Amino acid sequence: MFGDEAGLPYQRPPLSKTFLKEGHPERLLFRNADFFAANGIEIQSNTPIASVSPSERSVTTERGNTYHFDHLVLATGTRNRQLPIPGFNAPNVFGMRTLEDASRIRDRLEMTSEIVVIGGGFIGLEFTAAAKQLGKKPTVVEAQDRLMARAVSEPVSEFFLAAHRRNGVDIRLRQTVLAVETDSSGNAFAVRLSTGERVFSDLILVAAGVVPNCELAYAAGLKIENGIAVDRTMLTSAPNISAVGDCVSFPLGDRRLRLESVQNAADQARCVARRLTGAVEPYDKLPWFWSDQGADKLQIAGLIEHADKLVAKRDDETGRLTVFGFSAERLCAVETVNRPGDHMAARKVLSASDGIMLADLEASHYRLKEVFRTVARP
Amino acid sequence: MTSVTFRSHDGSTVQVNGELGVSLMQTALSNGIDGIVGECGGSAMCATCHVYVDEAFVNLLPPMNDVENEMLECTVSTRRASSRLSCQIRLSRELEGLVVELPETQA
Ligand SMILES: Cc1cc2nc3c(=O)[nH]c(=O)nc-3n(C[C@H](O)[C@H](O)[C@H](O)COP(=O)(O)OP(=O)(O)OC[C@H]3O[C@@H](n4cnc5c(N)ncnc54)[C@H](O)[C@@H]3O)c2cc1C
Repeated sequence: MFGDEAGLPYQRPPLSKTFLKEGHPERLLFRNADFFAANGIEIQSNTPIASVSPSERSVTTERGNTYHFDHLVLATGTRNRQLPIPGFNAPNVFGMRTLEDASRIRDRLEMTSEIVVIGGGFIGLEFTAAAKQLGKKPTVVEAQDRLMARAVSEPVSEFFLAAHRRNGVDIRLRQTVLAVETDSSGNAFAVRLSTGERVFSDLILVAAGVVPNCELAYAAGLKIENGIAVDRTMLTSAPNISAVGDCVSFPLGDRRLRLESVQNAADQARCVARRLTGAVEPYDKLPWFWSDQGADKLQIAGLIEHADKLVAKRDDETGRLTVFGFSAERLCAVETVNRPGDHMAARKVLSASDGIMLADLEASHYRLKEVFRTVARP
Repeated sequence: MTSVTFRSHDGSTVQVNGELGVSLMQTALSNGIDGIVGECGGSAMCATCHVYVDEAFVNLLPPMNDVENEMLECTVSTRRASSRLSCQIRLSRELEGLVVELPETQA
């Protein structure tokens, strides 16, 4: 396994959550070195792959070493989107993708009080909540008219907007950062907003989305379609190359989908591992996702953007929310805030072959666990 | 250091030394224990680090919060009175000699 980062493979989700508060990079590792050695897995870290030859069935490292393969799996992930704004390259303007990024941010946070976060998506908001817990003063600038607009329904956006604002975070919707202002030593000290306003800041996090790492695959002649295009079994357009995870677009119905989540990367990897060991089956796992933002836990099962009808059930007393998404009257996605039991029930209901209908849920007064019991009964 | 014994579903046991303050889930992963997945990295969001805690230790553990309790309702292997998510258990001196059993499957 080749990777261009240092060290052993690690979990990214804690980077924007507990790691910022607690540190301890060693606690992020998936497995230790002994595990890989004992299972015959050779890890070559700090080793970027420069090219792939499907016809020769080989990869060549940047240092010029060539390795043969019978089968290659591309799991190149994504990288942060760069913003074409002046001052973007100042040393205290950060992205958050790798352990190295998060460690640098953590170091810098110690001497920082005012923070600007560009982008009100999952990573920007998780970071904001953690920074707030550390006593910092964050301002979030989001170009859209609601938070996490790409991935969640309006009721969930509203819930988190209210929660972050109640927590004292300054959130600017429908505003953009036009420039980062730097001092004579090149450090950023403020941003200039589209409203003309200037917001002072000694740390700027750019969390404005990612782009899939497809260059290697493209140069190798593989089909690219908003990600490395794979078929239903995660095979690319070359017969000896599979691809999984954030860098991949896979077919779903008559569309293609590219997802950025742990579930997606892990389940696709299992699908390829099974195929390579003899069990060919199409990839058909239910997408699910979570995001911890301070005290509030968001969990999503299914794809809410496929819904043509939403039903939101919120309990203001306990600060809990469930949003049911229906496509042609059939339940297709469930978003929950602070209701992990409903999330797990939703995952089981949505994975069941027949699914459930709007009428079933209405009859049960939207008690998912009850519906689950009836669906699960043989 | 706290010594922890993992008993797998087939009855075989592995004893490891865990660092104080580190979660039981992370202790299992960094000692290459099969049967703990920990897909969400310790957020109590995936229920793939389910363990059955030996009776002698059940009452020594910190009480579970609502999130853990609800996630445990939907583990793949059956929940028992001794079920916990190992990401929510931090090793402490009181837990010296902890014994946990791994469920048949996590996912
Ligand atoms: C801060 C943060 C928080 C997150 N939180 C959550 C969350 O709460 N829930 C959730 O479900 N998901 C979360 N995610 C997303 C999740 O981490 C990703 O979906 C997951 O890491 C994708 O795995 P992957 O293997 O596809 O890609 P990656 O984890 O991106 O791994 C790809 C690796 O390939 C390397 N690489 C690329 N090109 C080359 C090359 N040519 N040669 C060698 N190496 C190369 C990259 O450097 C990288 O190390 C989060 C991500 C981040 C960054």
